[in-house]
Amino acid sequence: MQTTITVNGEARSLDVDPRTTLLDLLREQLKLTGAKKGCDHGQCGACTVLVNGVRINSCLSLAVSHDGDEVVSIEGVGQVGKLHPVQQAFLSQDAFQCGYCTPGQICSTLGMLRELEAGAPSQETAPGARPAFTEAEIRERMSGNICRCTAYPQIVEAIKQAAEMMA
Amino acid sequence: MRPFTYERATSALSAVKTAALTPNARFIAGGTNLLDLMKLDIEHPAHLIDVSRLPMAAIEPTPEGGLRIGAAASNSAVAADPTVRARYPVLSEAIVAGASPQLRNKASVGGNLLQRTRCAYFYDTTKPCNKRAPGSGCGALEGLNRNAAIFGASHACIATHTSDMAVALVALGARVEMLSPSGDPRSFPVMELHRLPGENPQYETHLIPGELITAVVLPPPPTGGQIYRKVRDRASYAGGLASVAVAGGQVALGMVAAKPWRAAETEGALASGASPAEAIAKELEGASPLGRNDFKISLVARLAAAAIGEAKARGQ
Repeated sequence: MQTTITVNGEARSLDVDPRTTLLDLLREQLKLTGAKKGCDHGQCGACTVLVNGVRINSCLSLAVSHDGDEVVSIEGVGQVGKLHPVQQAFLSQDAFQCGYCTPGQICSTLGMLRELEAGAPSQETAPGARPAFTEAEIRERMSGNICRCTAYPQIVEAIKQAAEMMA
Repeated sequence: MRPFTYERATSALSAVKTAALTPNARFIAGGTNLLDLMKLDIEHPAHLIDVSRLPMAAIEPTPEGGLRIGAAASNSAVAADPTVRARYPVLSEAIVAGASPQLRNKASVGGNLLQRTRCAYFYDTTKPCNKRAPGSGCGALEGLNRNAAIFGASHACIATHTSDMAVALVALGARVEMLSPSGDPRSFPVMELHRLPGENPQYETHLIPGELITAVVLPPPPTGGQIYRKVRDRASYAGGLASVAVAGGQVALGMVAAKPWRAAETEGALASGASPAEAIAKELEGASPLGRNDFKISLVARLAAAAIGEAKARGQ
């Protein structure tokens, strides 16, 4: 099925089997292997990408359903020598060990910071209140991204640093 | 995943007509539950009709003073909607208590209502399950059934409905709107959407084949405080063991039955002046635990009593 998706700013037109997930399209057809296949069931968050600016699990989404969408994967966030502040903060805070979950953590962070900016609530947000940028909020909002090396404390610090750099 | 064909619906009417005429067709919106189950070979539709881009995502006031939420609205959009947060906080709280942010960004309101159970025996295709393979038996009945239903179960199925959102909708007295393949709109209370298992747990709702959920309609909020409380094994991103939604004098329980459980006995007792603890005890008189899930009785008793008290405090 002919499908056109803008990936990291570039329009890509491909013939896609309807069974192909967005994750498999990125990894297998476009050879963008930054987004990772951890669990392939939406439980680990390693496949997190931004679709039209919103973070989703690319493993639980059919590529054909994204015709006309704008997708940003980790390859579109920054480059070596020109890192995005979130990438730089993850490096500075040593926010990973094996690094497998990191592309998903970083894309998730980008989506999460936008959601916070927009005032979207989480279960840590007081009823009716605007969410505050607290550690509890960060942890809750990143709960869809698992790090088996347990770099969670450093990930929280990296997100705090990135938010400061981006402010 | 087994092969299937895919089309993007051009209108709700064409979607329901195609669904009714095509063998083994399914609607897909967010797909977060359906695709997971397709990968596991639990769901195997021959044709997918993508309804995610139909103009059904609006959240708008009704002339009656309520709120109409389009079925294609994302869970995140509903939870963050200013009117929902201000007037129906129990709904916003319930939604953010479920799944992960990534899933809530993708999952739709209609799909949330129609999500399948998380019973481990339903998910394990090597085990019998009357819901997945009708007539094969229920592996959970004598198995690891810690998270099984305590209300309305049958010898054929003891699975629970795991939506958080639906529990809040039932407490709020919401209605669900559908479009049937004949083109006729239908509507009934969300409380009546799901079936209890009986002898045929594979039939989970009262929707007719090909029917599409188009919206959920909230009446004006009831007088009094609202709250959603959920207990689970992890602090975040885990299915519930039990939950309770309170909206004024209306109370619904989650993860205790094959449907969001309207606690009618509790509501009646509260209306006649019973304490929260007495009122929930009244409901639990009708519970039938199975051994491993006995703990849900005391869990629900404490959880609901505390939540009812807290909602009352919020309402003052």
